[in-house]
Amino acid sequence: MLPPNFPPLEDILRLAPEVVLCVFGILIMLVDPFVPRAYRAPTRTLALLGAGLALGATSLAALHPGLAFYGLLRIDSFSVFLHWLIGGIAALVILGSSDYLAREGLPSGEFYALVLFGTAGMEVMASAQELVTAFIGLEMSSIASYILASYRRNAPRANESAMKYFLLGSFATAFFLYGVALVYGATGTTLLPQMDRAPANPTLLKLGLGMIFIGLAFKVAAAPFQLWTPDVYEGAPTPVTALLSAGPKAAAFAVLLRIMVTVVAASQLWFWALWIAAALTMFAGNLAALVQSSVKRMLAYSSIAHAGYILVAFAARNEIGTAAVLFYLVAYALMKLGAFTLMAHLGGEGERRLEINDYAGLGEQQPVAAACLSLYLLSLLGLPVTAGFLGKLYIFNAALKSHLVWLAVLLAVNSVIAAYYYLRIIVVMYMRPAQQEWAPLPIPAAVGLVLLVTAAGTLYLGLFPGIVMNFAAQSALLLR
Amino acid sequence: MSAELAVFLVLAALAVAGAVSLIVQRHPIHSALSLIVVMVSLAGLYLLLGAEFISAVQIIVYAGAIMVLFVFVIMLLNAGIEERTNLSRMARYVGLPLGVLLMALLAYAIGRGASSQAPAAAGPAPTKTLAMMLFQDFVFPFELTSILILIAILGALVLAKRES
Repeated sequence: MLPPNFPPLEDILRLAPEVVLCVFGILIMLVDPFVPRAYRAPTRTLALLGAGLALGATSLAALHPGLAFYGLLRIDSFSVFLHWLIGGIAALVILGSSDYLAREGLPSGEFYALVLFGTAGMEVMASAQELVTAFIGLEMSSIASYILASYRRNAPRANESAMKYFLLGSFATAFFLYGVALVYGATGTTLLPQMDRAPANPTLLKLGLGMIFIGLAFKVAAAPFQLWTPDVYEGAPTPVTALLSAGPKAAAFAVLLRIMVTVVAASQLWFWALWIAAALTMFAGNLAALVQSSVKRMLAYSSIAHAGYILVAFAARNEIGTAAVLFYLVAYALMKLGAFTLMAHLGGEGERRLEINDYAGLGEQQPVAAACLSLYLLSLLGLPVTAGFLGKLYIFNAALKSHLVWLAVLLAVNSVIAAYYYLRIIVVMYMRPAQQEWAPLPIPAAVGLVLLVTAAGTLYLGLFPGIVMNFAAQSALLLR
Repeated sequence: MSAELAVFLVLAALAVAGAVSLIVQRHPIHSALSLIVVMVSLAGLYLLLGAEFISAVQIIVYAGAIMVLFVFVIMLLNAGIEERTNLSRMARYVGLPLGVLLMALLAYAIGRGASSQAPAAAGPAPTKTLAMMLFQDFVFPFELTSILILIAILGALVLAKRES
C-alpha cells in the first residue's frame, strides 16, 4: 500500500522523459559488458532508442502540465520546449558520434550512457523551479560533461582541457551552491515562486543571487567567465564539443531564465550584470575568433559570441526577449551540431586536420559537405533565409522594445566583425586549391543524416519560423 | 546560559584553531588530522543548537567516511612534507584583499539579518521534521542524487579502466 502523501501518478508521467533516459543509460551499462568491444551496434541502438523514446515521453509529459513532486518541478510549455530541444540534441549527438568513436577506437557503451545521463540532468534543469533540484541537475550534466571531455585519454591535449574544465567547472558549481545557501538563509526557502513573498533579508538575498548568477555565467561561458571555453572545446572529442556547445548551455540558460522571470528581485538585480556580460561576451568571442587558425577553436570562440547575443535578449527582460532566447537556442543548436559533427568527420584519424588550411579545396573534393558547412557558417553569421538571421532579428527586436539601443548597436557591430572569420572559412573552402594529396573520406550515413537534419532545420527555421516561434512565444507568456 | 556560552566558545575556538592549523601544517597527514578537529568541533556546535541528527551525520559522514578517504589518498600518493613557497604576487595583492572583503561582506549581511530574523524554530523533534523534508518534500532531488552518484562511478570507471 502506498503511503498517504505519495506523489500522484501524474508526477511520474511528468517526469517520463528523465525516467526513460536514466533507464536506458542503466540498460546500456548492463548490456555493454556482454558485447565484444568491436561490436558497437547494440549499445548504439539502445542509445538511439532511449533518446527517441525520451522525445516521445516528452509529448506524454506535455499532456500533463502542472507541478510535480511538491512543487519542485514545473512542467509547462517552457519546460516542454526545452525538453524537445535537449532531447533532440542528444539524439543528434549520439547519431553523429558513432562513426567517430569507431574511428578513434574509443569504447562506445560508457559514452552513450554518459550522454543519456547528462541529458537527463539537463532536462531536470529545464523543469526545476527549486534551487536544490536545479543544482542536482546541473551537477549531473556537469559531471557527465567533464568525463566526456576527457574521453580521449591518450591525447595530452584532451587531458589538459578536461582537467581545466573540471577544476573551473567545480569552482563555478561551488559559487552556485554558495549562492543557493545564501538565498535560503535570506528567504527561508529554495522554491523560486515563494522567494519574493518570503520575508527577505535583502542584502543576503542580493549576495546569494549574485553568486548564483556567477555560477550560471560560468556554465554558459559568458564573459568574464569564458576563459575555459576555447581550451575545453578544442581539447574535447569533437562530437562532445557539439554536445557541450548546445546542451548544457541551453539548460543553464533555462535555469537563468526561470529564476529571472519568477523572482522579481533577481530580474532587478541582474539587469546591469546582464548588460555588461552581454557586451563583454560578444566582443570577447568575436575579437578572439578573428585571429584563430584552427577552425575548431574559432568555432569555440564563436560559441562565446553567440552566448553574448543570447544575453542581449536576457537583458531585454520582456516576453519577446524570452521567446527570442528560446528560438535562438534552437537555431544555435542546429548550426553548431551540424558544424561540429561535420568537423569531427573531416578531422580524420586523431583529429589532426582542424587547421583552416586543411579545408582548402573542400568545395571541389566534397561539394555536399562544403555546402552544408557554408550554410551553417552563413547562419551563424546571420544571413537572411537562415535560422541565424531570424534569431538575431528577434533578439534585436526584443532589445529595441526595451529601449536597449546601445546593446542593439553593439550586437550589430559584432555581427559585422563576425562576418570576417566566418566568410574566411568559406573563401578558403571554395577559392583555394587543395594543397595536399590527402582527401577526406566519404561521409558515413549516420553523419549524413545529422547533416541533413541540421541543414534542413536551419533552412526551415529561416524560411518558416512560424511553428517554433509561436511555441516559443506561448512558452514565454505562460512562464510569467 | 553561561554554561552554554562557555561550551560554544570552547568549541568555536577549537574549530577556528583547527582550521588555521589545517592551512599552516606542512605535512598533509597533520592537515588531515586538523580537519578532523574542525569536523568534530562543528559536530559539537550542531549539538549545541539542538540538531542532534546533523551532528551525528557530521561525525559519521565527514569525520568518518570523508576523512578516511582523505587519509587513504594521502597515503596512496605518499605525499611528503610540502615545500613552502612565498605567496604569489597575485595571491598577496588580489587574493588576500578579496578574501577579507568577502568575509566582511558576509559578516555584514549576516549581522544585518540576525537582528531582524528569529532563529528557525526548532520543533519538538527536529530529526522527524528533517525526515519529512528529506523523504517527502525533497524526495525527488534525494532520489536524483543516486543517479548523480551512478554518473560519478561510471566516470571513475571510464578514466581508470586499463587499456585493452
